[in-house]
Amino acid sequence: MERSVIFAGFGGQGILFAGKVLARAAMDEGLEVFWIPSYGPEMRGGTASSTVIIGDGPIGSPIVDQADAAVVLNPPSHAKYASHVAPGGLLVVNETLVLEPTGRTDITELRIPCTRLARDAGDDSLVSVVALGALVGRLRLVRVESARQAIRDTVGMKRPQVLAADLAAFASGYRVGSRTHGPSPDQEIVRTRVHHRVGVPR
Amino acid sequence: MTAVRPPEADLVVADTAVQPSAPPVPPAATAVRPRARPRPAAPRRILMKGNEAMAEAAIRAGCDAYFGYPITPQAELLEWMARRMPEEGRAFVQAESELGAINMAYGAAAAGARVLVSSSSPGISLMAEAMSYMAGAEVPVVLINVMRGGPGLGSIGPSQADYFQAVKGHGHGDYRTPVLAPSSINEAVELVADAFELAERYRTPVMILVDGILGQAMEPVSASFRMPERRGAEWVLGGADGRPPRVVKSLHLKPEALEQHNLDLQAKFGRIEAREVRWAGERLDDADLVIVAYGTSARVARTAVARAREAGLAVGLFRPITLWPFPTAALADLAARVRGFLVVELSAGQMVEDVRLAVSGRRPVTFRGRMGGMVPTPGEVVDAIRELDGLAAGGSR
Repeated sequence: MERSVIFAGFGGQGILFAGKVLARAAMDEGLEVFWIPSYGPEMRGGTASSTVIIGDGPIGSPIVDQADAAVVLNPPSHAKYASHVAPGGLLVVNETLVLEPTGRTDITELRIPCTRLARDAGDDSLVSVVALGALVGRLRLVRVESARQAIRDTVGMKRPQVLAADLAAFASGYRVGSRTHGPSPDQEIVRTRVHHRVGVPR
Repeated sequence: MTAVRPPEADLVVADTAVQPSAPPVPPAATAVRPRARPRPAAPRRILMKGNEAMAEAAIRAGCDAYFGYPITPQAELLEWMARRMPEEGRAFVQAESELGAINMAYGAAAAGARVLVSSSSPGISLMAEAMSYMAGAEVPVVLINVMRGGPGLGSIGPSQADYFQAVKGHGHGDYRTPVLAPSSINEAVELVADAFELAERYRTPVMILVDGILGQAMEPVSASFRMPERRGAEWVLGGADGRPPRVVKSLHLKPEALEQHNLDLQAKFGRIEAREVRWAGERLDDADLVIVAYGTSARVARTAVARAREAGLAVGLFRPITLWPFPTAALADLAARVRGFLVVELSAGQMVEDVRLAVSGRRPVTFRGRMGGMVPTPGEVVDAIRELDGLAAGGSR
């Protein structure tokens, strides 16, 4: 069986990075994994996406018609990919930038202020890491420790000085994702609680 | 200083290499479940991009010289070589054009170097002339084509529309070149080493044909990098000090001589056809409908086979690994016991012609393809299987 996740947003929001972290975590758990970026003529400020497919056998189609989850970090991605989530699937939405609700009742929509939580964690650009934390917290595609290790392995190698912020961003997303159930009636409360707990690790 | 870390040297063989006429391997059908930490003895796996994995595989296979010119979706291959080849003390040249690159490769290979060239479709077209010359002069070079949409400059999206070009001849004259088509990054790593081996064993250019998706995607690489043994080559131009001079050329002005040269080449192509056919099957044992697909199309087909099986259709996958020599005999055998074939390609229908030749009209052969960088969804392929099912049922009554 395979499960698939689409990450989409502006170039610079860490779309490819979040997918790579998830892929690496799955690989380190002994699973099969396939990561594919959009590689069209994208430009700065345009949309980017990456798809991760995780399975326990050889991965089949790299093209996902119905994803188990999608992470959309900006309005154009929301418009394009909200419909790609399979019924019963999960949509993680960056509500700092995406103001419109999706309007689908057959999926779970997790609206999280990713940009603001990333800023709280110490770096605006970690928006996708916040979303990844929420995704892992909610769907348990990989174990939380595998994801944290994958962040250490991926970030620590190149930019050890920002590793703490990455882990804090992941933790803040993870708290929201693992505590929110269903379409989040008490989101304000959750958000406030997270905001107080995260702090800014500078 | 470069920040590139070459993959670990201690990779060991994990996945079984697909052997010629490998038995069907049914994919596991249990739910995804994170497993416990890999056993201590488990092989080390590294997440690598297809382009980078193929480049590193060439370096580990003993590639002495790389020549190229940047083009998407192949660029990371050239970039990896630009960083790594100097680290290894070997030759990397970004040529002034694709023509320059392939002709440098011709020269370096004639001088006995193990040579890699890579490009994407429009660049490969520019190299067509030299492919004919190298086939005629019998020079071993490995050429990787990371295909994109055409014709012309087309798009940078994935495509398999260069099948005719790769398999039926790039340049002029009576010649064939082996064409290897991996459908995973692991398999691509293995086939790079195999390609050097084939090229040197038969003194021929060898092409590795992948589409943009396999170039751009990342998968865990567990295959072992392998260095094929170097063969003493008695034809190599290495300086004639103390021995008679040698000539490596494709020009034979006397018709009798050129005909004899062609007869020798044809005999060689016959040996390759007899010995080097490779394909893989999945769930063929009890299949009565068969999807034929290679590369990324075969990945889409694998998912379609699983879905069609859930819907009660006995479907299997036949995946050619060598596109030339084509697994004609194996397909002909299958045609004797199944009801029909569906060919799936990222093209308007090219390999389907070779499938039809192999099946020889005994069974229906249908086609489903997308073009221009589009990739069929598994759902589209399942629809096509249902149509074939109806057609085959009608035809057999």
